[in-house]
Amino acid sequence: MNHEEVLHEQPLVVHDLGHEAHDHHHKQSFITHYIFSQDHKMISHQFLVTGIIWAVIGGLFSVLFRLQLGYPDQAFPFLEDILGRWAKGGRLDQEFYYALVTMHGTILVFFVLTAGLSGTFSNFLIPLQVGARDMASPFLNMLSYWFFFSASVVMFSSLFVQTGPASGGWTIYPPLSALRDAMDGSKTGMDLWLISIALFIVSTLLGGLNYIVTILNMRTKGMFMTRLPLTIWSFFFTAVLGVLTFPVLLSAVVLLLFDRHLGTSFYLSDIFIQGKILPNEGGSPILFQHLFWFLGHPEVYIIALPAMGITSEVISTNSRKPIFGYMAMVGSFFAIATLSCLVWAHHMFVTGMNPFLGSVFVLFTLLIAVPSAIKVFNWLTTLWKGNIIFTPAMLFAIGFVSLFISGGLTGIWLGNSALDMHLHDTYFVIAHFHLVMGVASMFGMFAGIYHWFPKMFGRFMNNTLAYLHFWITMIGAYLIFWPMHYEGLAGMPRRYYDFSNWESFKQFEGLNQFISIVAIIVFFTQFLFIFNFFYSIFKGRKVTEANKNPWHSTTLEWTTPAHPGHGNWIGEIPEVHRWAYDYSKDGRDFIPQTEPIGENESPH
Amino acid sequence: MSNFFLIVIIILIFLVIFQISKASEYVSLLKGEEKSRNQNNRVNGFLMVAFLILGLIGVWYCNKLYYPNNLFSYGAASTEGKEIDKMMWWTIWITGIVFFITQILLFWFSFKYQYKEKRKALYFAHDNRLEFLWTSIPAIVLTVLVVFGLKAWFKFTGDAPKNAQVIEITGHQFGWEIRYPGKDKILGRKDYKMTDPANGNPLGVDWKDAASHDDIHVPTTMHVVVNKPVKLVINSQDVIHDVGLPAFRMKMDAVPGTPTTLWFTPIYTTKQMQEKTGNPDFVYEIACDQMCGKGHFTMRGVIVVETQREFNDWMIKQRPEYLKSKAGMPAAPADSTKTMAIK
Repeated sequence: MNHEEVLHEQPLVVHDLGHEAHDHHHKQSFITHYIFSQDHKMISHQFLVTGIIWAVIGGLFSVLFRLQLGYPDQAFPFLEDILGRWAKGGRLDQEFYYALVTMHGTILVFFVLTAGLSGTFSNFLIPLQVGARDMASPFLNMLSYWFFFSASVVMFSSLFVQTGPASGGWTIYPPLSALRDAMDGSKTGMDLWLISIALFIVSTLLGGLNYIVTILNMRTKGMFMTRLPLTIWSFFFTAVLGVLTFPVLLSAVVLLLFDRHLGTSFYLSDIFIQGKILPNEGGSPILFQHLFWFLGHPEVYIIALPAMGITSEVISTNSRKPIFGYMAMVGSFFAIATLSCLVWAHHMFVTGMNPFLGSVFVLFTLLIAVPSAIKVFNWLTTLWKGNIIFTPAMLFAIGFVSLFISGGLTGIWLGNSALDMHLHDTYFVIAHFHLVMGVASMFGMFAGIYHWFPKMFGRFMNNTLAYLHFWITMIGAYLIFWPMHYEGLAGMPRRYYDFSNWESFKQFEGLNQFISIVAIIVFFTQFLFIFNFFYSIFKGRKVTEANKNPWHSTTLEWTTPAHPGHGNWIGEIPEVHRWAYDYSKDGRDFIPQTEPIGENESPH
Repeated sequence: MSNFFLIVIIILIFLVIFQISKASEYVSLLKGEEKSRNQNNRVNGFLMVAFLILGLIGVWYCNKLYYPNNLFSYGAASTEGKEIDKMMWWTIWITGIVFFITQILLFWFSFKYQYKEKRKALYFAHDNRLEFLWTSIPAIVLTVLVVFGLKAWFKFTGDAPKNAQVIEITGHQFGWEIRYPGKDKILGRKDYKMTDPANGNPLGVDWKDAASHDDIHVPTTMHVVVNKPVKLVINSQDVIHDVGLPAFRMKMDAVPGTPTTLWFTPIYTTKQMQEKTGNPDFVYEIACDQMCGKGHFTMRGVIVVETQREFNDWMIKQRPEYLKSKAGMPAAPADSTKTMAIK
């Protein structure tokens, strides 16, 4: 298909926006430059650094609860030194164990892989790759970060509440989360959780609307939708999904707050707890699950799509080949985004839902495997007969594909309701989603950071540290999550503090210990990355004008100066004449998007 | 003190790695970027194929370690579970084949097409036949899986066989209560507002319903008859729990306010299963599979599968809860129910 022919509309171009200011930069104070910045690049840095801090906290939590799972009958006195009464005698308190599990999930899903991934790269790449000076509304964009920041502050403060943070699992199913008597974590911690997530939703909506408007309206001259790099397509669908589904979570959160404080019974009925008969009647806890997963499932794709987009871009660039099946890639993004809104109840097969309804969700769930398969085969074909350069970003992109395959295939098991009756809420599920959206999306994020670091910070990262980081993380990811499938096949339930009293599951003690050790090693390996990241921001090798396009990439962001100021381009925004994937065409290594089509150029 | 040394050693290791990495960056600058890039490329290309081979060996070894001694490898202990196992095997084969093909291609391509100065990458942007091929084949295979899966799903979620033994199981923080309908085969009506453990009515049974008078309530351990379908009526008193039956491959949530059901046919007695697994301590366990509070992991129930005769012998020893509660509460039980009802 010819990309020029598909397009009929002229994109809106705002060429003169803030034009005059960009040759000499405004004098900016520290506060307007680094804190309340409206420059999309600085905001993306803020999202990234906040995301990294959260990732360390969330990862550390997993290390703590893995200690408990790996060594259920051993005391670690140092835990008491750090955690005080949460780890009396060096053993994690049960309540606190669940708090750790809950916070690990919440932090990683929302704060790291949604805000940290999509917030960073949508902000950074959308204006740069579509050819815009900034977002459509830089002010809303700034607000988006500060709402995220305040959500972070509230969530972080909940860690220090007397009764502990929320601890009913990141899915906070009522009645457990609605009743203060059900567990300590359902007291103040739960309220803070709900407030924090409400703030977070505001942040996502502000960000998402901005991304959509920028992509639709602020493309530079010649940048038709069909010439957009796949990263932008992925951010576009991510933002659309977020705007459509996050408000539903907000409604779930608000109703839950009502149930908690105003005596309503949206989710509550027939409850006898701690010797008390509650007056609530007629509500349904399943209603909450429907509302939650209406966001919760698209959320998985909100996390995965940007990673897929980044992977596509990185694989194509470093294979020195066009991405195979560009239109099929866009089409499968669209199919995944659409289907992802129609599959939420596959998290609820065993709630006693109507079997017919269940069957519809089975159908749509397994259908999602088709666009996912298309993506995988297209990535493989992109590698085929390429000339592959293993930059650290490329390694992580290949790692992403590998993990996405491994985790994606088990989705076919779990989406099949009959098999889900056995596998639901077991370690099989843990292995599945950690591989396919957890670690895989982290890999997508690492690929993005290593790839765009020179553009983001004007310096290079250290390659040797990056290679070490990749290989240890890659091997570790498989060592941690692959054997978990076997625990899941045995029906071993997730969110258990200790398995030693269970005849069916206690034979995995050695394995649990092994997994814990690897998890700890992998966690500490991430400090190679973190150190490399922060060190390179200040001390890395500088990007010069001569090598400002280090990966020989075709896309627009590399045409900006080596150290772009607010406004991105000096002078006019370049015009685009071709799609983003002219690698190895007509004997040339790459042809930038800004180069007009030559007279004798072969069509693609 | 040893903790301190451990931290010092870890920090030292980090410093060493960091220094080496920094040195290697200078070396690569001296050598020329092109040359060091090619060298890195060769190393990583080799590691790609090494990872593939070691990974495949690892898959085999992991299976060798964890496939035996696994509730899955013993086979399901219910007729319905056998069907699930069969589907699981089909799914293992299908996804397994795709797994091996795609992973091998991924790492093999990475190795084979690593950067060479002479090589020119192929400009190959799209091919509709290929796209059609890998759209249609997964679609067909998945349709087959959906059809078989849904057939089983409708069967399991459909009505239980007529001869099924009905048993009620109620979850609460953190345990299971089991109620048998007694001789009349009807479970007495319940009203959660009548729950009153202090007066011998922990499940909130409405004693005014005569059907409740022969109902038998036991905690934790459920007795069922081998080869006879069991239909569980599942309740919860407080938060959502889940009746997880890993050996039978079944699972159903216990939702406060909304009773759910689940049925299955156990085919091995507990004793047979002990022989089959070679584990004299084997029991069928009920695991709570839905996060329900800080004692979630202790919420264990047991199912004893036995012959009809053993079951009868056990049953005959049980006393209806109604009689027990009356005995424990000599002062006019009828009045107390009335006041409860008014509440």
